[in-house]
Amino acid sequence: MSPHLNPLTGYLLVAALLFAIGLAGALTRRNAILVLIGIELMLNAANLNLIAFWRYGPHPEALTGMMFAIFSIAVAAAEAAVGLGLVISIHRHTKTTDLDAMNRMKG
Amino acid sequence: MQGEQTVAFQVCCQSEIAQLLWLIPAVPIVASGVIALLKQTQRKTAARLAIGSLSFSLLLSLNAFDHVIGQVLTRKDTSMPIREVVNFTWFQFGATNVDLGWVLDPLSAVMLVMVTFVGLLIFIYSTGYMAHDENYTRFFCFLSLFAGAMLGVVIANSLLLLFMCWELVGLTSYLLIGFWYQKPSAAAAAKKAFLTTRVGDVFFLLGIVWLFAQTGTLLFYNGGSGSMESHALLELILERSAFGFSAATIIGLLIFAGAAGKSGQFPLHVWLPDAMEGPTPVSALIHAATMVAAGVYLIARVYPLMSAGMPAGGTTAALNVVTWVGAFTAVFAALIAVAQNDIKRILAYSTVSQLGYMMAGLGMGGVAVGMFHLITHAFFKALLFMGAGSVIHGCHEEQDILRMGGLRSSMRVTYLTYAIGMMALSGVPIFFSGFWSKDGILEAAQHFSVSKGPFYMLVFGALLTAFYMTRQVSYVFFGSYRGHGHAHESPKSMTTPLAILAFFAVALGVIGTPAWPWFRGFLESRAVNFEWSGFSEPGLAALMAASSVVVLLGLGLGWWLYGNKSPQPDEPDVLEVAAPLPWKWLRDRLYIDEFYGMTVIAFYWWWARVADWLDRRVWGGAVAGVAWAFGLWAHLNRFLDTYVVDGSFDKGCEELSTGGGLLSRMESGRVQTYLRLLALAVIALAAILIWSSRA
Amino acid sequence: MSVVFYLIAGLTVAGALAAVLLKNTVHCALALTVAFAGLALMFLELDAQFAGFAQILIYIGAVAILVVFAILLTRGSETPKDGVFGAKPLFGLVTAAGIFAVLGWAVLHSAQALPGAGGSPTPAPTVTVMQIGNALMDRYVLPLEIVALLLTAALIGAVIVAMHEKAGAR
Repeated sequence: MSPHLNPLTGYLLVAALLFAIGLAGALTRRNAILVLIGIELMLNAANLNLIAFWRYGPHPEALTGMMFAIFSIAVAAAEAAVGLGLVISIHRHTKTTDLDAMNRMKG
Repeated sequence: MQGEQTVAFQVCCQSEIAQLLWLIPAVPIVASGVIALLKQTQRKTAARLAIGSLSFSLLLSLNAFDHVIGQVLTRKDTSMPIREVVNFTWFQFGATNVDLGWVLDPLSAVMLVMVTFVGLLIFIYSTGYMAHDENYTRFFCFLSLFAGAMLGVVIANSLLLLFMCWELVGLTSYLLIGFWYQKPSAAAAAKKAFLTTRVGDVFFLLGIVWLFAQTGTLLFYNGGSGSMESHALLELILERSAFGFSAATIIGLLIFAGAAGKSGQFPLHVWLPDAMEGPTPVSALIHAATMVAAGVYLIARVYPLMSAGMPAGGTTAALNVVTWVGAFTAVFAALIAVAQNDIKRILAYSTVSQLGYMMAGLGMGGVAVGMFHLITHAFFKALLFMGAGSVIHGCHEEQDILRMGGLRSSMRVTYLTYAIGMMALSGVPIFFSGFWSKDGILEAAQHFSVSKGPFYMLVFGALLTAFYMTRQVSYVFFGSYRGHGHAHESPKSMTTPLAILAFFAVALGVIGTPAWPWFRGFLESRAVNFEWSGFSEPGLAALMAASSVVVLLGLGLGWWLYGNKSPQPDEPDVLEVAAPLPWKWLRDRLYIDEFYGMTVIAFYWWWARVADWLDRRVWGGAVAGVAWAFGLWAHLNRFLDTYVVDGSFDKGCEELSTGGGLLSRMESGRVQTYLRLLALAVIALAAILIWSSRA
Repeated sequence: MSVVFYLIAGLTVAGALAAVLLKNTVHCALALTVAFAGLALMFLELDAQFAGFAQILIYIGAVAILVVFAILLTRGSETPKDGVFGAKPLFGLVTAAGIFAVLGWAVLHSAQALPGAGGSPTPAPTVTVMQIGNALMDRYVLPLEIVALLLTAALIGAVIVAMHEKAGAR
């Protein structure tokens, strides 16, 4: 452990780890929904980052971080809804959620 | 007596006739141009134009002659010769003036009258002789052109004008000799004439150029600064050139070479006999009276140059050469004439021989002697040729004297006039002009200081002349008729000129007798009175007697061998039987043509082959090589274009396509690939940002 | 760093890992829920109570359910023959690792400049819902309205996208 490890650093590292895990999932999983899951994880990691900085920042009373995080949550929810709707729609057409099969944009 | 030209004096304020003198050659030339535009069927118009224009020239010439006579009779200062000159500058380049001009002096006046008069008679004769020829119009066009050009030579005062008209005369001679060009022999003869005279003309041109360069002027007489005037002549005498001779001598010899070509002196005589291929009027006009006389006239015109620096009682080198060449030619041609059987060919060689006489006369006796023989010869030789033409016409185009005979009775007028001409040519004494003119030459030869050789040669030549002419007349007019068909007399258009010329063949003698040497006096611009004491010059009577004896001897010999006998065409000649080998040599023209054939012509053919080889292989090869190189270049370009340019372009496009193909593989259509790439980019960016903020 | 922190962090990370690695997609969704919960706890730990409860409400209560719904609705083509991972998973892993490396490096390297580096953590702020509400209406009214608009659009969009097409196609 480095001597510079303070609570903020810990939260940031966790957030980074979560982000990486979410990215790995988004990049490697075959199922489209799992890609969306990865994306959610990434968003959450970002939220954690925001809250951590708000808490240990210079002006917590300005509520900047908290508000940002709340808005982020709202947007993420909307995006999840739309994304999943898309996946369902595609599934209806192609009978698959396999991302590798969805390469109509190839070439 | 040698005519000596002192400082030339120009009568100032040229008379009107002198200023109009240019019309004399110009009118026939213009007429020729107009005739050239006429149709072949407009025969009468052509003849009328030609005869009319020459009549006009004759009238003007007579006017000029009269004017000069008047000047001679009325002049006060007898030391200066009479001469009127009209000169003008044609153009200038740099500091040099190119001048043209004409001269009216006794020499040109008398020549003008002779040329126009004889020419006119021959024109009239031609209307009868060429009546059955379909190219009548073309004939008169060329005749007119020739007349104009010859008159131009006569009046020329400028070397350039002289040479231009000289060449034009040569051209018309070519056209007229080759008039019946469908005959290969005629075409060949025309070519031979042109080329042979060309050889002479090359030297002539050299002489002209040199003279011009040396004296700085083209004009003969120009108020003291002309090339025949004393200032220029002094310079030329002093200028030393090849072999130690003066420039005057060499230039004189070069000009003589040109005259020798035109006047058929040995060795350039070969074209004259062949030129008989042309129609007889052509032979009469060009090869008897005028063109061949042009050479003699030229020497007379440049006589001041030829005689420049003459020591008293001696002669100059140039005149020496002229004399010897003339004398040799006289004998040479006369010998060959003895063994010829074609009526015109005998006359042709006779012309060559008489031209030799004229040259010898010029060389030894001066302008008057030579010119007198020229004038008389013009008349009787034209008469003889036209008579021969009449004979040929009457014998239905037969030219071999062995196939004629007995025409004395069937062609009376022709016979009488021909006999007069023949006697004039032979030099039968007293009554005939030829006697007086030839005697003048013999007298000059007798007094020739360098050698008596020319004298003996000329006497021998006179013997031969009488001999071969008697032979010819015997064969043609005496004996029985050996030809085909029936001989008939020619029409009046042909016999009238014969009669007129016969008259002059007799009458002209009068102006050249020693008792009244009017001709010589005229040329020397002094009036002469009739004096019987002229006959009593020492040695003159003896000479006249001797030459008469020679002539009669020749006539007698000829009559004895040939007179009134009628040898058949296949019989050998009397002399041939006696001396077959010399006869054969003479009949074969002493092999001069063959010699030329072996040497000059052979060289020429070889050179033509070389030139052809050069042209085809070397220049042609060069051109072909260039063409091949171009072809190669074109192929190279095509190759470059197809493989390099197109290829590279196509390759480029292929590569682009491949690259595009490669790049399009990035577009897998798979989201996760895109995301991965995005993530990589983010990593890179972040790393850069963090790294840069470390500092 | 307290023990609580490590526990909650470990839970979250475990849940996330499970969400990404499990074969059965339903299990993944449930693991995701666990991750969400862990995150909510971490928010609470960070004295962001409103954010934490909002997290639970929205993420666990709506997003996770939604994900499960979606999974169940698309079950027809589950468990492909070629395995759960796509083409070249290593590449994706390496990339993610790279991201983590960069981020970690950034964090650790600049740790001394971060606030709270002195060692003593700042006192916890007191945040009431009223403050949040005031802020929403005051300072953040524009983002609020925009988010409202966004949500409306998302709602309508989702409905349209997922709607059954009429027979005969439009």
